[in-house]
Amino acid sequence: MGILSTSVSVTRYRVDGKLEQPIIETASERLKRYAISEMADEASEKLAGWTSFDAPFQPNFDGSSFVIGEYLVFALRIDKKNLPPKTVKKYCAIEEAKRLNESGREYLSRQEREMIEDQVVNTLMMRVPAVPNVYDLVWNYERSTVWFFTTLKAANEELETLFLKSFKVPLVRLFPYTLADLELGLSDTDRDILHNLNATSFSE
Amino acid sequence: MLDVSVSYNRYKFIGREFLTWLWFAVDTDHQGLEGLFEDPTSVDVGNRMVLENRQREAVETVTIKGDDAGLEEGRLALRKGAAVTEINIVCRRGEQQWQLTLKGESLHMTGLRCPPTGAVETKADLEGAVLEKVYLCDMIIQIVDTLFKAFVEIRLSDDWQNRVVPRIKQWIFA
Repeated sequence: MGILSTSVSVTRYRVDGKLEQPIIETASERLKRYAISEMADEASEKLAGWTSFDAPFQPNFDGSSFVIGEYLVFALRIDKKNLPPKTVKKYCAIEEAKRLNESGREYLSRQEREMIEDQVVNTLMMRVPAVPNVYDLVWNYERSTVWFFTTLKAANEELETLFLKSFKVPLVRLFPYTLADLELGLSDTDRDILHNLNATSFSE
Repeated sequence: MLDVSVSYNRYKFIGREFLTWLWFAVDTDHQGLEGLFEDPTSVDVGNRMVLENRQREAVETVTIKGDDAGLEEGRLALRKGAAVTEINIVCRRGEQQWQLTLKGESLHMTGLRCPPTGAVETKADLEGAVLEKVYLCDMIIQIVDTLFKAFVEIRLSDDWQNRVVPRIKQWIFA
């Protein structure tokens, strides 16, 4: 989901820590290290890495190319291969028939069928192109906030994992409780009350 | 702070109560809501609302959508014990308008339409458009945070049980 799309979805995070100084150089080095690679294992099902928001298929993190104003703007790209189950089933059936024909047996063991399925999946994975999905991200370094332009659960989980791995600082997702606890400047008393809240019933 | 996934599940009701309160406030105290903002800002319910009733074993979901949809069925669902889980809102400030759907348990913003940004033809335009879009997103996030902060302040005070909940019940059963 692109930041410049007419309609966007946003998940908000707090960045729980700071990068080593100098910030831009550190961010550039980490983004390059964990940038998505086109040279990855062709049999792998999924690949995720950073990319440029304005050139998602030619990542470039040289200098301050990813800095716009006071923001770090880049994207998470997730390339995923999808094998339709019916296609796997078809090639497994063909391969099983071939094995039975060659061996003259009437049936294959469960273990043999599982091995055939693994081989079929591996072979098909080499041939199927991955589908890329690009999700933009805006990092306001001064305010320690990240806006991630998708609400997809899998993409958010991938972001949280890769962000921590890349920048060594965790992201804390802002949902009602964390927003109240971390962002509203509540007193200790109010935080205690928040912590002990229970749901209200409006129907009684 | 509690573990994030534990607190997400433990306090899911906060977001639902926020959206229920927001609908109540839009319906009964428009001026009070406008008074929360330094710049003149209006908040209205948009074209979609989802309510869920989890009081029984099975989850009942009521979805109301359409630009001119009546919200009576939503109020009826509230009477039966449902809470608002998603609400589409329209916010206006001056000539600018934002429309988005807020999800209660996550506070995700989906289908966010900001005021239009300039056309992008050159690299310089691109940077300008990004800065403008970030500025517009920041404005709506600040509007939502102001509403949420107002709710939390009431929710954590004695006023919630003593004054606000009775008024919400009165509104639901009116």
